[in-house]
Order: sequence, then structure tokens, then C-alpha cells
Amino acid sequence: ACHSEKHVGQFYTLPSAHVRPLFPNGLPWRFQHQTKTFNETCIMVRQPALEVISCLKKADYSQPALRYLFYGLKGSGKTLSLCHTVHFCYTQGWLVLHVPDAHLWVKNCKELLPSSYSSSRFDQPLQATTWLRNFKITNEPFLSKIKTKERYVWTKREATEAGSPLGELVDQGISRVKSSSDVVGAVMKELRLQSSQPGADFRMAVAVDGVNALWGRSTIKRQDKTAVDLEELTLVYNLRKLMKNDWSGGAIITTLSQTGSLYTPKSAYLPQELLGERGFDSVDPFIPVSVPNYSEKEFESCYLYYMDRNWLQHPQSRTEEGKKELIFLSNRNPSMLERLCGFL
Amino acid sequence: MAANCVRFAASLLGKGVNGASPTNPVTLQLYRQICGTSALRRKNLAAAGPEKFTPEFIQKQIEEFEIGKRHLANMMGEDPENFNQEDIDRSIAYLFPSGLFEKKARPLMKHPDEIFPKQRAVQWGPDRRPFHFLFYTGKQSYYSLMHELYGKVLNIEKHQDRLRAKGLFSTETKQISLGTSRWLTKEELEELLVETISTHDYDRFIQLMERMLSMAYSSLEEEFILRHRQQLEAQTMHQVVPPLQKDDKGVDFSTAEGKRKTSKSSVVVRDGGSGSITINGEDYLHYFPVLQDREQLMFPLQFTGLLGRFDLECTVSGGGRSSQAGALRLAISRALLSFVSEGEGEAMRQAGLLTPDPRVRERKKPGQEGARRKFTWKKR
Repeated sequence: ACHSEKHVGQFYTLPSAHVRPLFPNGLPWRFQHQTKTFNETCIMVRQPALEVISCLKKADYSQPALRYLFYGLKGSGKTLSLCHTVHFCYTQGWLVLHVPDAHLWVKNCKELLPSSYSSSRFDQPLQATTWLRNFKITNEPFLSKIKTKERYVWTKREATEAGSPLGELVDQGISRVKSSSDVVGAVMKELRLQSSQPGADFRMAVAVDGVNALWGRSTIKRQDKTAVDLEELTLVYNLRKLMKNDWSGGAIITTLSQTGSLYTPKSAYLPQELLGERGFDSVDPFIPVSVPNYSEKEFESCYLYYMDRNWLQHPQSRTEEGKKELIFLSNRNPSMLERLCGFL
Repeated sequence: MAANCVRFAASLLGKGVNGASPTNPVTLQLYRQICGTSALRRKNLAAAGPEKFTPEFIQKQIEEFEIGKRHLANMMGEDPENFNQEDIDRSIAYLFPSGLFEKKARPLMKHPDEIFPKQRAVQWGPDRRPFHFLFYTGKQSYYSLMHELYGKVLNIEKHQDRLRAKGLFSTETKQISLGTSRWLTKEELEELLVETISTHDYDRFIQLMERMLSMAYSSLEEEFILRHRQQLEAQTMHQVVPPLQKDDKGVDFSTAEGKRKTSKSSVVVRDGGSGSITINGEDYLHYFPVLQDREQLMFPLQFTGLLGRFDLECTVSGGGRSSQAGALRLAISRALLSFVSEGEGEAMRQAGLLTPDPRVRERKKPGQEGARRKFTWKKR
């Protein structure tokens, strides 16, 4: 996807062959419905995503990985910008480590197991297996190429030898549900080590949506109803290690999300507020990219797209006044506009 | 029961004393009076009608009112000569402050003519002959009015005939300018004539007036006709249009306030903007996440077609979500009045954008669960 600034405001279609492997459940829920209705996946080219893409093109990959953070008001298009960037990385042939929503790992946990690796930590087998499955679908070609460097022992009888392909590791995690979180940790460690090496022929893109979940609070409780600290969750711990800048040969692209976050006020959208002190310190230094509401041109193009797809059925919405009303009512917020047009 | 009593007495008499004798009527009368119960007497009083005020009584009341007015003026330290009704009302409200909600229940001091209903003076002289020649029709003032009216109609026709004979008859004469007026309603006519009329009579009256109007030379009786027409109050703007002020940078702006149900809001509408709205410092998309409230805000702008032109800076406090939206809407429409022409403003008023909503929360009454809801009714 070679987009430049000339293409700002235009929609481009993701080929469906890419969509299935890339985003098994990476796209926002409403957007998925829209995709099904329109029978195609179209994302608008917007300024923040273009900035990040241009930075990615020019970045030097022998340096430690750069961190990009999309932030903005609720519903202004952060997740979709992330998906756009991820798609770009995918087309460039990178390995994509996409966490659709980190908040899912931190709340509504149905199963908590004490970790097999270290006794103080807790595992989440369900989320880990889901993630491993998605990872497998997304990065099919890489699974056979990358080899593990160390030997991992799962139980007394099972172990993965050094030099076995990554695919085996992933399969191990999917089949052995109990150790899946440790597998996740192992996968991340491997990839981190390997992409830092100068001889690596692949680059890694770590895309995390709702990264403020990693440093916020969690609602998970133990059996005796005491709250679990986030550091005690294996998945969170490993992901935090990934977010540290100590590896090179890739980029970390993240978004903040207030919608899923726990115990944050609704009006908070700046990185400082949502990440908290600890989070900010760990993510610092990073490149913040603000995602504003639609500009006039972008709004025009979105409106024309809906007209083109015959999505606006109401006769008045096709007139000039109708357009002004839509601008007013949604205040050019992409998600509000989408919801409004949904019942027109 | 009383009637039974009387009949019983009569039947007794009838049975008892057979032949009609001269003593009987007297005894009959006596019997009747004794047999009449207090209930009968009470009913008669009620049927008599409202109290009649004699002209002397009214006169006395007027004198007392004038003296009282002078006393009141002296008490308030004002000039007794030029003491108007407004001054009286003001002073009474000051001297007798009342917290009653019903305005008609508060202490009142008005001229007796306004307080006592108009009644007809006695229509006949000491020899019991009526003054008016139409007294025995029953509705003397109505029939006299009709008589007078018909006389005028005939007068006009005679005038027309005379002109036609002279050859000066022309249809383009000065027509009476009625303006925005309407005929007196039946109630008003009754008030004017101090007697009741039926609908049929009223219709006849109107028919005759219309007929007179339709004749070419009705301008002769203009004064008479206008006496029976009521001027319609022009329902146009009684609104005060907020003044258009200019900012330092030359940007026009105007301020207005609005209220609804405990919320108060104040809005500054600035020209030349891009249609951004700030409420209490926050973006309106965050302040009103509900679409309905935003639609309420949009209504005045959409109605006048000025959606993208203004920047609004609003502050609102009190009430709930919906009432705040309503208060803001009122304030925006009032502020827009200064940017918009008179005709548009009239259209806004008719659309109901400028009317403050009088609905307030109704009080809960004792013996009921809520304002209207009663307790569950149990048969036993």
C-alpha cells in the first residue's frame, strides 16, 4: 500500500485475501458488520496513519524499536488507523504480532490458573489460546521459517527442542491449553531475540490496541476475592517485556482506548491520563500521534462513500441540508457518523 | 317529602270537609303555611338568583372606594390626586404580601364597577309601567339594538336610492377599514347588553351586520359598526430581541438566556464561525451523548437554515439532561432573533421555538402516591 499525502481522504479497499488472515478478530466490531454489509473492507486514508507509515518507511532498523502511540477522542478512528498501519506492515512482509484488545486480557477472565513457570503468576489459558490461534493464521509463512533458539520444557514429558520451527511451538500452545500462556511468553521472547539480530531477514511489528490496559487496574479476582495485580498475569508480564525498547528490527504501534479501560473517567483521552504514571514511564519515549475527528475533506469523502454504497436511504440525507445536519449531529466524529447513518 | 305533606294535608281536608265553604280557603291557607317545611323554604331562596345590588348600594361602594384610595395614597406617601390603579395594586401587594399561588385569591382593591357584576336598574316606574317600549319582549336591549340596526340599514338604502336617482351612485366609495378586527363574541355582546341572548339571536345579529357591511355606502354608519367589533391583538412579537453586539475583532455576537423546568442556560452566539459548540467548556458531543439532545440543539439552527455559520458558547446548570437541552434550545432561538429578519422571527415564534415551556413538576398530594397516581384501590 503505497499511499502518500495525495491520497488523504480517499478510501482504499483491502483485498479480501489479506483481510482473513490479517484480522481474525482485529477489526472493531461495528466495522466488521459494515464489512459484511458492504461485502468489502474499505479504510479511509487519514493523516495519522500516513505519518506513521512514512516514519516506518524511513526508520533505521538497527536502532531500538520505535514506539508509536495513537491517541484521540473516543470514536475518532484510532483502531482503524492501527489496522491500516498493520496492513501496510503485512504487505511489506513483516511479521505481525497483533493484540486486538489488551483490555480483554485484563477483565472478564473466566479461568485463572497458577502459572506452571513461576508460582506467583497467573495464567489465562482461554485468551492465550485464542491469541495463539490468531497468530498462527496471521503469520503462516513465518512459522516454518523461524527456528527456536532455546529449549523449552513444558512438563516432565514434553519439551520443545532448540531449532524446531516456531509453528511447532505454537501448535504446542494450542493443543496444551494449560501451558498456553507460557507458550505465548516463549514466542514473544524468541521473536524479540531473533529480530534484534542483524542477520534476521524479517521485521516485526507489534501492534497493541488499548495499551493502557497493561498499566491500569484489573477486575480479575482470585478465589478468595483478593484483587490480582497486573504484574502477576503472565500475558501482561510478557507483553510488557515486549513493549520495552531493548530489541531492534521492528516497530511498536499502539493505541489508547478509553472504551474498554477500567476505572478511568469517560472524558480522559490523553496518554498521560490513560496510561497512568507507571505506564507513561515505561512507554516513554514514544511518538504520540493524535487522531482527530474528520476534517471537512475527510467528511466529504466518507459521505460520498456512503452515498456510493447506497447506505443513506432517507431522501433528506442526500440533500445539502441533510449533510449539514449530519455534520452538526455527529460533530464529524467517525463513529457517531457511522451510527447516525446506520439508521438513515 | 314536603310536597307529600302538602298533598296529604289537602287530601285530609278534601276527605274531611266535603262542601266548599267560605271558611275552607282560610283554613286551607293556614294548613299550607304550617305544612310547608324548611326544606321548601330553602329551595325557594336558592331559586331567587344572585343578590341584587341596588344602584344606591353601588354608589355608596364607589364613594367608599374613592375615600379608601385617598387614604391609601396618604399611607404610601404619594400624591392622592394622581393615584392610578397600578399604584393601588402595587401598594396592596406591598401592604398585604400573599404567598398564594392563585392570583385571584390574593387581596384586591378595585373600582366597584369592576367587582360587582353589572345589573339592570329597575325597569319600571312607581306606577309599575315599564320605561322601555320593548320591555314586554323580555330581551329589551337586544331587540332595541336590532331595531336600531335595521333602521340604519333602511337609512343607507334610502341614501343609495337618492344617489341613484341623481345618477351619482358609484360602487367605488370609501370602504370601512376594518383592519384586524372581528365581531364581538356572544359573551361580549351579552356583557354589552347586560342580558342573556340565545345563539339564534346572536346569529341573526351577525347576519344583519354582515348585510349592512356588504352594502356600498356602509361607511355612513362606520362608528356604529366599529363599536361592535373587537380589535384583534396582533399576535406578533412581544419578544424583546437581544441586541447585536460587536466584539473587539469585529465579530458580531449576541447573548440570550433560556429556562426550562429548573435548568438555566446562557448562550453567546458568534458569527463567522464553523459551527463548533462548547457547553460548559466541553464539546457538545461529550456533554450530550444522546442524539435526542443534540437534535434539540440543532432545531433552531436548522429551522432558520443557519447551521454552519455560528459558533456557540453555552453555559448550563441545573435540571436533567432533557431539560438542559430544552433550556439551551430556547436560549439559542432567542439569540438567533437578532441575526434573523422579522418575518423569520415570526416563523420561529409560530414554530414554538420561542415559547418557554411552562411544564413544571407537579406537587405530590397527600392521600395519593404521586401527583396523580392514587393508592391501590382495595374493594374491602
